[in-house]
Amino acid sequence: MRQVYLDHAATTPIHPEVLERMQPFFSEKFANPSSFHTPGLEAKKAVDEARKSIASSLNAHADEMVFCSGGTESDNLAIFGVIRAQQHAVRGTQYEIPHVITSSVEHHAVLEPLQYLAKTKAIDLTVLPVDKFGKIAVSDLEEALRPETVLVSVMYANNEIGTIQPIADIGRALLKWRKTNATQLPYFHSDACQAAGALDLDVEKLHVDLLTLNGSKIYGPKGIGLLFVRRGMKLAPQIRGGGQERGLRSGTENVPGIIGLAAALELAQAGKDKENARLIRLRDDLINGLLTIGKTRLNGHPTERLPNNVNVSFMDIEGEAAVLYLDAKGIYCSTGSACASSSLDPSHVILATGVSYEAAHGSLRFTLGHSTRPSDIGYVLKTIPDIVKKLRQMSPVNLDMRHFA
Amino acid sequence: MDTDNKQAGDIVSRTGTQSWFYSDAVKDHFFNPRNFMQDESSYADAAMGLVGSPACGDAMKVWIKVDPETERIIDCKWKTFGCGSAIASTSMMSVMVTENGGMTLDEARLLKPQHIMERLGGLPARKIHCSVLGDKALRAAINDWYRRAGRLDKVEEEHGRIVDPETKVTDKDIEHAVLDGADTLEKVQAKLKVGIGNPSCIPEVEQLIRFYKEKYFGV
Repeated sequence: MRQVYLDHAATTPIHPEVLERMQPFFSEKFANPSSFHTPGLEAKKAVDEARKSIASSLNAHADEMVFCSGGTESDNLAIFGVIRAQQHAVRGTQYEIPHVITSSVEHHAVLEPLQYLAKTKAIDLTVLPVDKFGKIAVSDLEEALRPETVLVSVMYANNEIGTIQPIADIGRALLKWRKTNATQLPYFHSDACQAAGALDLDVEKLHVDLLTLNGSKIYGPKGIGLLFVRRGMKLAPQIRGGGQERGLRSGTENVPGIIGLAAALELAQAGKDKENARLIRLRDDLINGLLTIGKTRLNGHPTERLPNNVNVSFMDIEGEAAVLYLDAKGIYCSTGSACASSSLDPSHVILATGVSYEAAHGSLRFTLGHSTRPSDIGYVLKTIPDIVKKLRQMSPVNLDMRHFA
Repeated sequence: MDTDNKQAGDIVSRTGTQSWFYSDAVKDHFFNPRNFMQDESSYADAAMGLVGSPACGDAMKVWIKVDPETERIIDCKWKTFGCGSAIASTSMMSVMVTENGGMTLDEARLLKPQHIMERLGGLPARKIHCSVLGDKALRAAINDWYRRAGRLDKVEEEHGRIVDPETKVTDKDIEHAVLDGADTLEKVQAKLKVGIGNPSCIPEVEQLIRFYKEKYFGV
């Protein structure tokens, strides 16, 4: 049976060249970079070079790179690191607890820690709404800023609906605020895990102080993440021990992972213009084809979205059932339906864009990648209408399109 | 959902951790659903029951035709909006009530989600809540049949008082869920889907959970 993997936002396969460059560091170059002998120094040199290479992709300094275990740890380090470093400064002032601003469409790796901190009264949290395309308004953010705001965390591009946030505009607004108020705060964090393969990561253009990246979404290895930490920032370490990563993240370096992340980022950034153009064509073919099916809605922004992201809702059917029928045809995608998650609520991202629960339950996400060919899109477009038709025949629901507006 | 919500017949992985796959029977009924309603035209006069709403993730509609002499179900058709296990459960239910000459309405009223689950070879623990609406829709259809037959003495409203009009979950349902070990709102919702599409009833649900926990477990 034909197999079409369209779940690259979940994870990507490792690029053969990345794997090849990682390989020696599992075996002959296995030494600990903290060791003072020759093999140790060789490992350290390789890590330093990877650090430099990533720093150059980010237009940053090598000493601003903090390696960790993945995107989730990187987000957690940014959040807990800033808040723990700042909360003493705020305590005793008229404000008592620090204030943090985020968006309603963040990944759980950002929302969960922030909601936990808000629930335990360690922070006061503002969650910015998004428009119907999933985008925040910079003016909303400006209005939410307060003297005790210590952190703003807004993702670069959304993992579910692909919407790209105006990160550089937010960065500029924050620079202006800091200048006007003669403060270094708030710090600006952005989760760029989904964006790293497709968008510009120049931290000077984005004006971010903290940037999260990981390997497993950009044809690199799983188990490796990175937090860019701008020089001069105060960050409290969350994992203490041997003092690796300038004391910000202890633990023996994941050398093959670091080499793999650097290699993957190099390849992704070097090839992104050509690959983006190719993917955008395929993406739009898929979107346009899917929208010819009746009672179908595009989730996310029509143009300001990741080149590889397609997210649609089919009215009157439930996403998990559709995923299973597609799986039986060799098409691998995902859904924002509650049935496919451990919670009983459908995707918080799709709900945040203002669509009804009904539409959120019927959402399907297809994320394209290196392996996607035009014939794959053709196969999907040929296969889906019958599946939607069959599930609609089985469904007692016949909703008004107003639910989709 | 916690794996301690497991019931007899659940599928678990070899390591005993949370399961996430369907039995062959579930797959068969999901990919080859039996008795789903394809043409409603000859069912306009059939008894019908509807529960759930697409907002809470599951909606089911069940039609039955009944032999008035024997009160056996001779035909059962359905439509389901829901995931794999919801579709498979309704399909299996339609088979169970019509096989071997059909169940009598009294027998059919005793059909429980657990019976359907056992015939399906179990459901992953986190999917059990998807199968609870089918038998409710069936009971609603049975009531409708008695109502249409003018046998109002046989109409059995769902026991208890409806707390969530959308899922038709009653205080009795919540009592049973608590007795089954669901001691938090999340666990009760996992079983009953109460308040998912209609969160306004959640405070009352939480109150009932506290009440029944105190009554039965003294906590």
